[in-house]
Amino acid sequence: MSLLDKLDAVAAARKALLPEGVEVFGTPIEEVYSSTEARIGDHRILFLGTNNYLGLTFAQECRDAAQEAIHSEGTGTTGSRMANGSYRGHRALEREFAEFYQCRSCIVFTTGYQANLATISGLAGPGDIVLIDGDSHASIYDGCRLSGAEIIRFKHNDPADLEKRLRRLGERSRSTLIIAEGIYSMLGDRAPLADIVKVKDAYNSTLLLDEAHSLGVLGETGQGLVEETGLLDRVDFITGTFSKSLGGIGGYCVSNHPQLDQLRYVSRPYIFTASPTPATIASTRAALRLLREGVELRRQLWKNVHQLYSQLKELDYRLGPEPSPVIATILETPQQALALWKGLLENGIYVNLVLPPATPEGNSLVRCSVSAVHTSEQMNHVGKTFARLRETVFQ
Amino acid sequence: MLNDYNEVLQKLCHHLEQLVGPGVEITPQTDLINELAIDSVKLLNLIMEIEDEFDISVPINALADVQTVHELASLIHRIKAQEQ
Ligand SMILES: Cc1ncc(COP(=O)(O)O)c(C=O)c1O
Repeated sequence: MSLLDKLDAVAAARKALLPEGVEVFGTPIEEVYSSTEARIGDHRILFLGTNNYLGLTFAQECRDAAQEAIHSEGTGTTGSRMANGSYRGHRALEREFAEFYQCRSCIVFTTGYQANLATISGLAGPGDIVLIDGDSHASIYDGCRLSGAEIIRFKHNDPADLEKRLRRLGERSRSTLIIAEGIYSMLGDRAPLADIVKVKDAYNSTLLLDEAHSLGVLGETGQGLVEETGLLDRVDFITGTFSKSLGGIGGYCVSNHPQLDQLRYVSRPYIFTASPTPATIASTRAALRLLREGVELRRQLWKNVHQLYSQLKELDYRLGPEPSPVIATILETPQQALALWKGLLENGIYVNLVLPPATPEGNSLVRCSVSAVHTSEQMNHVGKTFARLRETVFQ
Repeated sequence: MLNDYNEVLQKLCHHLEQLVGPGVEITPQTDLINELAIDSVKLLNLIMEIEDEFDISVPINALADVQTVHELASLIHRIKAQEQ
């Protein structure tokens, strides 16, 4: 098969699955009105699939900070920090993140995807082992590939399976990097962190936790699962993203290991890409302040989470195992998922449709994510619409 | 003996039959992707089952070189022998 034939095969597979005229992936958004509302075609819609957990994309402080940064420092850095230097904002944001986590150091990356690529490939190399949760995000898989280390998966959220695999590795468990996520992006379940930490200590391995979906969402000050479980000082490296609860784009890694700083000299996804723009850094700094103080936002977020989760449960939709800002309805066939997705959109609710192979266990998902700034009217409309669509979807 | 190649092959074929259903002939030369339509996700799930059965861990990097049933059986056999 030629290079281009392979892409034709992809197009054919997509066409077989999805009806003509429905732009399911990358739906065009014509106008954005607020962190929860926009226009698709001629319809005003509610965003219920973004990862805007605290609704900060439209926070006045963040927008003002970004504008001010563009005025004073320009639109871009046009190069990597290695070659073109670190702006004041880059350094300040790293200090602020380190202080937030009470950690020795932080490195900021251009995206969350690159934070995982850079951290994993900087820590592990040929001859080492990465032991990753089977449901890990693509950025973790790709980081592992880039590292050249041996990649072994453990069963999703199963510390006993993790332990078994470490035992088999013998002495090599010392050069093993274990990777888990605070909240898993597809089904919204948390990692069993206390048990994972116990196993990692017993085998002298190193643990990396990706708090992409849990930053701002879990813990009193929003540090994530490490704060909720009181295990901050037992995790070796934490990565995360600015693109979800912080409403921007970029990523970070924090750690107490002094070696973290050496990643700046060995990690290709840090060295060979342009650094975050001044506007991005400025809005993220403002958002981090709001996130830390956002006790009320988190209270509102979890109120919305519990409302929607229990409504959908009552309606007998199959859901992820625990309430979380990611609320996924699990459907047996792609056709059912597509029918639900379309039904929601026709009623002005835009969510994520996730089809195999991007889903755990080959299921199809209609993935909702809840925000602190969704109003009770909006949440009621969502609940009523799911109730109305039940019949059509499962007919 | 469990680490005997033929026994590995037999057990692997048993897993594959359950995965692809009856009526499909599986030989050592059968191509996993092109003939049995086992995509990357199915392959990873199959590997988890096999790992339990043989009490081994199969690094997913090693799967890049696996195309046929024979190649997968040899890989499992080799890892099993190394771990003993
Ligand atoms: C668990 C996890 N890690 C990392 C990322 C990558 O983050 P970003 O999209 O900000 O690059 C994502 C989101 O896509 C994610 O869900």
